Parts: sequence; structure tokens; C-alpha cells
Amino acid sequence: MCCVFAQYQFAANGGVFVKIHEYQGKQIFAKYGVPIPKGYPAFTVDEAEAAAKKLIEETGSPVTVVKAQIHAGGRGKGGGVKVAKGGAADARALAEKILGMQLVTVQTGPEGQKVRRLYIEQGLEMVKELYLSVLVDREKRRIVVMASTEGGMDIEEVAHNTPEKILSIYVDPATGLMPFQARKLAFGLGLPQYGKETVGKFTKLLLALYECFVKDDCAMLEINPLCVLKNSDIVALDAKVTFDDNAEFRHKDWASLLDTNEEDPIELEAKHVGLNYVSLGGNVGCLVNGAGLAMATMDIIKVFGEKAGVSPANFLDVGGGANQEQVTKAFSMILKSPAVEAIFVNIFGGIMKCDVIANGVVAAAREIGLKVPLVVRLEGTNVELGRKILSESGLAITAATTMADGAEKVVAAVTAARKEGGK
Amino acid sequence: MSILVGKETKVVVQGITGSAGSFHAKQCLAYGTQVVAGCTPGRGGETFEDKVPVFDTVAEAREKAGVNASLIFVPPPGAADALLEALDAGIELVVCITEGIPVIDMLKVRRVLEGLAGKQRLIGPNCPGIITPDQCKMGIMPGHIHRPGKIGVVSKSGTLTYEAVGQLTAAGVGQSTCVGIGGDPVAGMDFIDVLELFNKDPETDGVILIGEIGGGAEERAAEYIKREFKKPVAGFIAGTTAPPGKRMGHAGAIISGGLGTAAAKIEALESAGVRVAPNPSEMANTLLAMMKK
Repeated sequence: MCCVFAQYQFAANGGVFVKIHEYQGKQIFAKYGVPIPKGYPAFTVDEAEAAAKKLIEETGSPVTVVKAQIHAGGRGKGGGVKVAKGGAADARALAEKILGMQLVTVQTGPEGQKVRRLYIEQGLEMVKELYLSVLVDREKRRIVVMASTEGGMDIEEVAHNTPEKILSIYVDPATGLMPFQARKLAFGLGLPQYGKETVGKFTKLLLALYECFVKDDCAMLEINPLCVLKNSDIVALDAKVTFDDNAEFRHKDWASLLDTNEEDPIELEAKHVGLNYVSLGGNVGCLVNGAGLAMATMDIIKVFGEKAGVSPANFLDVGGGANQEQVTKAFSMILKSPAVEAIFVNIFGGIMKCDVIANGVVAAAREIGLKVPLVVRLEGTNVELGRKILSESGLAITAATTMADGAEKVVAAVTAARKEGGK
Repeated sequence: MSILVGKETKVVVQGITGSAGSFHAKQCLAYGTQVVAGCTPGRGGETFEDKVPVFDTVAEAREKAGVNASLIFVPPPGAADALLEALDAGIELVVCITEGIPVIDMLKVRRVLEGLAGKQRLIGPNCPGIITPDQCKMGIMPGHIHRPGKIGVVSKSGTLTYEAVGQLTAAGVGQSTCVGIGGDPVAGMDFIDVLELFNKDPETDGVILIGEIGGGAEERAAEYIKREFKKPVAGFIAGTTAPPGKRMGHAGAIISGGLGTAAAKIEALESAGVRVAPNPSEMANTLLAMMKK
């Protein structure tokens, strides 16, 4: 069971799918009828105080919670979630502390993430914290719902140490999630001890959550904790929502949910022109077609370059359908990157035609200038035409016959350039 | 006929009037594939390239042109619908090239496939397709790099398949059938489905298997190979150096926790007797060295 859980970690902590903030996730939950506490987003300290005031009036309780809104998890432990017991002034003081802080959590890395948005929420008295998530199990090819009595904890640890405490049900796409399945989880979680109505409330909540998952093309929905209150209501105290970006074409509203402060600017720029770019921190810029070949290209550069301290600067898959403009853009991005000491273009054309690549490379190099060594390996569709365009361009290009040959040449080029620079 | 496709395969291209569909339908025709029908709803009655009739529905293409395989280029918003239409029409082999189909849509398609109990098959989506050299090319791979022969290739990655084929051909070794199964998390045939066919195929003497990080398909394939597969297999796993948690182009290519790493896959394959190539330029050499013994 713990292994089964491990395969889902990507959804929880990777920069993988379209991610949104907790408060945005809760607004979506509300739309589907998943109960959430009352709360308001705040972008300034004044707004935070006003939100707290409003909540105190509405709920009659002086307790509010000030929550940092960043995409990474583990905010509470990092000091990004604080309870204000002393009314609106207390909430204001906490907001002053949290807003603008560099919040470091287990998922942000040591540099942390700057807090630019807050969510002010009503404080609630809970009797039990649970865990609930919905995601796709790629091995079983089913949507899986996972629940646990160990809410509020690091669920990966729970899965590792006490796998029997995680309950799963799989959903048949032909029927969708059925009420009996939700009830099975409710009884499995021991909900009746918190009130007779809890089973019905949980069932209603989970069916709404499943509808949200399917209709909004989610990659993962996670509520940790899901809380049972004193009056036996069940509410989502947190909301982690990620979307399947393949479905962006039928969700025009996703663009407005994007927080560009949370994204890598280069990766974002690439996404805008339809390219798949991942920054890797090395020194060889790579332009490749196809995800597998792009990964293999990174691997082979590492094989030949490890000893010389040469490694890939990026993963860039121009895919099969890229036009010349996109290729030009892709190559420009690599040319502009200051860390790049040499470039390796590795193309095995199928859908992608070699001449399109060659024209894009030449256009970008003419516009920006080629100041580092360029090694090109072309094979496949229209290869002769591609090679002709490159050789007639007058650019200083080292041709490679195979990918190993190309990797060796690009590593040699970096080493040679360094020696020359050192002279 | 090697596996799945051969001279007698009659293909309908769904989305034949679109830009990718028409370009690759022409390439398949030029290769010698029997592309006998096209399908674009609302364009029935037209003729593609002066010889291929276009139909409004796949059922009509099956009835009138006798197709038994479909090659799909329909863009993501209509792709799952096109897949289900082909399955509903009773097409035995459906190959879907389309990249970027939402996973929710593919879950429904998988559910339908499970009900068909292997009588109808799907390759892809997000794959280069399938080719039996000099007989039938159903896909987007460059045909000219292939030669008929006795090595089977099965791969999650399109361009790495070309890489392996290019190496084999350069070494003077031909291929029986090359199958690109695609890298999506929810797809049709997986490694084991294809290996079972290679195992029974007298035209296949050895196999190159190309996997990548993410999921557990390579590990399951390793178990199957250990248990039942009788022919030599060389492998390669892309993504040894990929950082955890980052999506590497294919939705499936993500390292997740300890599972799905290149190291775990390589270990599983090697323990099953698969020789894993040290780098992607050595895929053919690795297999050929095994077969010389």
C-alpha cells in the first residue's frame, strides 16, 4: 500500500500540472457544494483586517485564521498559517508578519516562496481531522478516492508507516462514484461516532467532490484536513486543486486562476508559445524533438560530460507539431540563456521536418547572434534539405552523425572554449 | 505478417482532411500502406488525393471500403469521440497519434476497451504509430529508415524508436514490426500486450524495448519477460538524469516518489535478463551482442 501511495506523490509535490491557490480551490469547491469555512482573500494588510472584521460580524466568533497563499504545501509548519484569537487587530498584526515573508516549507526548497496573497478564514472548533483525496491511478486506469483517519498529518508518512490507515476505492467510469462507495469510506473512517448525520454529510460532500474532479478535469483534489465539527458538519479546511493541463482547451477560465509569481518565468514564456521547457541548471542548451529523445539527450550529455562538469542546461521538447516560428523562439530562448556554454540540437524528424528546424535555428542565430559552439545532429524527414539549409547559412556549426557523436562533440566544445577563455 | 499490421491491413484515416492527417495519409500511401478510406464528418463523398474516398462515419468506411484498421489524427477535443467511434464500428486495430487528450476522456476509452477483451486493440494515443517495414506504415515515423527483418521494437517514445531503428538499419539489421505505444498515463496496449505478440511471432527473433521514467509499466514488463518471454531483449530507459517531480513532455514521464525512477526500472529489467544499453546510441549494438552468442 505504501508503494501504491508513493506513485501519487508527483501530484502532491511536483511542478507538474496547472496549480491554483487554496482560496481559489475553495471557491471551486463551493460551486459544487463541497462545504468550506467562510473566508475572504486579501492582497494587503488593510484588506486582511477588513476581511477579519467581516468574518467576526458574520460568525459571531472572534477567532480567525490568517493563511499564506502559495502553491507549495507544508505552509502551517513553515509558519504561514496563524490563528488570530484577539479579533481583527490581531489578524492585522499576523497579516503584517506573513504578507511579504519568504515562506520556506518542505516543498518550496531552501529559497522559499514570497507570500503575496493571504486568505482570512473563520476559526472553527473541530472534533476530528480526516484526510481525503481524489486522483487518477495510472496503473489501474481508474479514478481513486483515498481517505484516512489521520488527517492533518503528512500523508506520505502515514502511507509509509501505517498503510492500513489509508482506505481507497476505485471508480468505474461507466457508473461514476456511487453513494454506496462513499458510505463504505464513511463507515470505514468511523464517522458515526461523531454523529448519526455524518455518514450522509460525508457522502454528499464526496459525491460533490467527485463531480468537481470530473467536470473540472482535475489531476488531483486533496483535502487535508477534512474536518468534523462539533455540530457534526464536515468541512474542507484545506483545498489543494491541480488541473490536467491537457484539458485546458475546454476550461478558458483557468488562465485567470494562474498566478505567474508562482511559475518559472522561462518555463512560462515557453508555455505561451506552446513549447515544453524545463530549466535544469547545467551548461549545454538542448533543442530536441520528442520527450523520450529529449530525456535521452540529457542522459547522454551527462554520460559524456560528467567528468568535465558538463551537464544539460534545459529540457526542451519542440514536439512534432512546432512551426518555424516556435523553433525560432525555442532556439532564441537557449541563445539568450547566460549559463549556456554550448548548444546541442538533436533531431530525429518524424512529424517534425528537419528543414523547419534548420530554418528556425538559422533565423534565431541571425537575429540574436551565435556566440557559443553549436553542434547539430539531424536525421529523419527532410534531412537532406535541413542539412543543406544549415551548411548554406554560413553559421559555425559542428555536424554530428549520431547522438553519441553529438554529445561527445558538444562536451569537447565546452572544454575547449573553457581552455581558450582561461588563456 | 509479423504482428498487428501487414500487407492485408486496410486503413481508414480519421481526420484525413486536417493538416497533420492529410500530410501523413499521403506519406503512408507513398510508403505502400493500403489507405483505402478517410473519415471526416460532413466531408463524405469527397475524394482524397484523387483516389481515397472520404466518408462521414467510420461505420460507413468499414462497410463500403472494408477497412480493418483506423489511424486517428483528430485533435484533442474530438479525439476520444473519434476513438470510441472506431471501436463502435468494430475496427480491430485503432492507432491514435493525437497528443494532449485529457486523462478523463482516456479513462472512458479504457473502460470500453476492457469490455472488448482484446478483440479490438488500441495503440496510443500520443504515439508515432506502428510499422511493418515494406508492408504497412500506420503512423508518422519516417518510413525510409526501416528495413524488413527480424527485430521487434516496442517503445513509449516516438523519436527514440526512430533512433533504435536507425541504429539497427545502419548495422544492416531489419525490423519485423515497430510499435510506439506512447507515453500517456492512460493508454491502449502496453509493453506486455506487444511482447506477448512478439513472443508468438515466428518473424521476430529479438526485441528492443524502450521505456522512460514514470509509472510501473517497465517493471511489469520485466516480470512478464522473466516469466514467459523466450527471445533476447535489449532495453533502454530514458530519463536517468531527470529531476524528480518535473513533467518531461510526456504526461507519464514524471518521477514520483521512489517509484518509476530509471534506476528502479533498469534494475527490474536486468534482473529479468534484459540487457540495458549504457547510452541511447548503443541500443542496437546491445541487442546484437546478445544475439551473437
